[in-house]
Amino acid sequence: MSLFWTLWISVITLIVVIGCGVLLRITSKNYTGVPEGEPMPHSFDGIQELNNPLPKWWVALFWFTIVIAMIYSIAFPTYTANYNGLLDWTSAEKGVMNPAESAELAKTSQSQYQREMNAAEEKYGAVFKQLAYDESGAYKDLSLIAKDTEAVKVGQRLFLQNCAQCHGSDARGSTGFPNLADNDWLYGGEAETIKTSIMHGRQGVMPAWKDVLGGDQGVREVASYVLKLSGRRVNEIEAQAGKEKFAICAACHGADGKGMHALGAPNLTDKRWLYGGSRKAVEDTIANGRNGVMPAWSKVLGEDKVHLISAFVYSLSMTK
Amino acid sequence: MKYDFIEKNVGLLAIFIIIAISFGGLAQITPLMFQDETTVPVDTLVPYTALEMEGRDIYIKEGCHVCHSQMIRPFRAETERYGHYSVAGEGVWEHPFLWGSKRTGPDLARVGQRYSDAWHEVHLINARDVVPQSNMPGFPWLMDNVLTGEDTQRKLEIFRNNFGVPYTDEDIAGAKAAVEGKTEMQALIAYLQSLGHAFR
Repeated sequence: MSLFWTLWISVITLIVVIGCGVLLRITSKNYTGVPEGEPMPHSFDGIQELNNPLPKWWVALFWFTIVIAMIYSIAFPTYTANYNGLLDWTSAEKGVMNPAESAELAKTSQSQYQREMNAAEEKYGAVFKQLAYDESGAYKDLSLIAKDTEAVKVGQRLFLQNCAQCHGSDARGSTGFPNLADNDWLYGGEAETIKTSIMHGRQGVMPAWKDVLGGDQGVREVASYVLKLSGRRVNEIEAQAGKEKFAICAACHGADGKGMHALGAPNLTDKRWLYGGSRKAVEDTIANGRNGVMPAWSKVLGEDKVHLISAFVYSLSMTK
Repeated sequence: MKYDFIEKNVGLLAIFIIIAISFGGLAQITPLMFQDETTVPVDTLVPYTALEMEGRDIYIKEGCHVCHSQMIRPFRAETERYGHYSVAGEGVWEHPFLWGSKRTGPDLARVGQRYSDAWHEVHLINARDVVPQSNMPGFPWLMDNVLTGEDTQRKLEIFRNNFGVPYTDEDIAGAKAAVEGKTEMQALIAYLQSLGHAFR
């Protein structure tokens, strides 16, 4: 902050504070020529004003605020951004220009915010660490943590705060948002795979096939075949035509329609439908495609918390 | 008595009152207009695309800012939930800024990329479908209203010429084409997904 603005703030602030004191002294003196407690030489509708002084407690409070203002202004950064006051206080590193700089400053910063964060890390970070790490300092195996009721409870809390918005508070999902409690997985249900999904997110892309399949008729045929795969009764002629067209679908969903974890392509034969199993929903999916996006959480939550959430999610399918 | 003159002359009284109460603003507000911290955009700040800019106007039009703030204060209780606290350099290109102070709903300063586009669509049509306890109103008409892009180019020009937002000539020339035919829903979601990108 330049000298000019430092002076600007200092001069105005001091004028106001000192001015308040001067005003208080002036108004405390009797300049009216009327003795205290006597009527003033004016009246309105027979109402008279007495020349009473300001209440003493009120004047005292006013002086008190002026004194406090002066003490405050030297204890805390008041007149300039270059000096943090006698208490060397800052709220946070507010001038950071990018996340890297912020992370760098956070290591040494003594701002009130950083002290609060450090204290919390010491207190709560240790709890997460104790649950997530083994004695050697490496992450505990997820399948082990999933059997630790305490850790699973913590994971569940974190899940409720961060994941329930899409997957539901019971983790059973809803249309378009995968059920995590049915042991049916788009990207694989191994504990480490679950953790990868949470850490880095997933981007599931089902392209729109309407034009490729030759319009509504083609879509209808493929839908018939797909519905037949899970045992639905459909028009056999349509299903047969759809089976031939299914060759393009097989690239991701597999020739048998059982899906592919590497691509997040759903199993079409298991009567579980992410976007609904009605003919209309299936046709809509084929015709217009879908985008199933799982956001990445590594930066938001940090790996320790993700590790515990992964264990919780994994535990939901352990008995199945 | 001199104060009689001031008390009986309303115009003069008003002027003295304005002078008296302007001291606080002069000391607190004017220096901010000349500090790097508040006038230089952070390194990672990217201007809104044409579609995001339209989405921002829909955000204002639908009154989202009435219930949602976009200002994460530097307290752990906030940064744990919302992410890195907001810094002034993120708001340099915001005209008007939408920091807000009312939080009926959560802060949205870093909501971008927290949820999928599909989630936002469901949530904006009927929030209860994904968050049962939500009291947010539904905005189903966003699906039906289609943008014409009539004013988009002009908006970007105003932001470039008056506020120094670094839009290129191509950005401005392509503004109409970028939003024409898109629904308000698409624009609003694009805007929401951009929020907080500078410190994600």
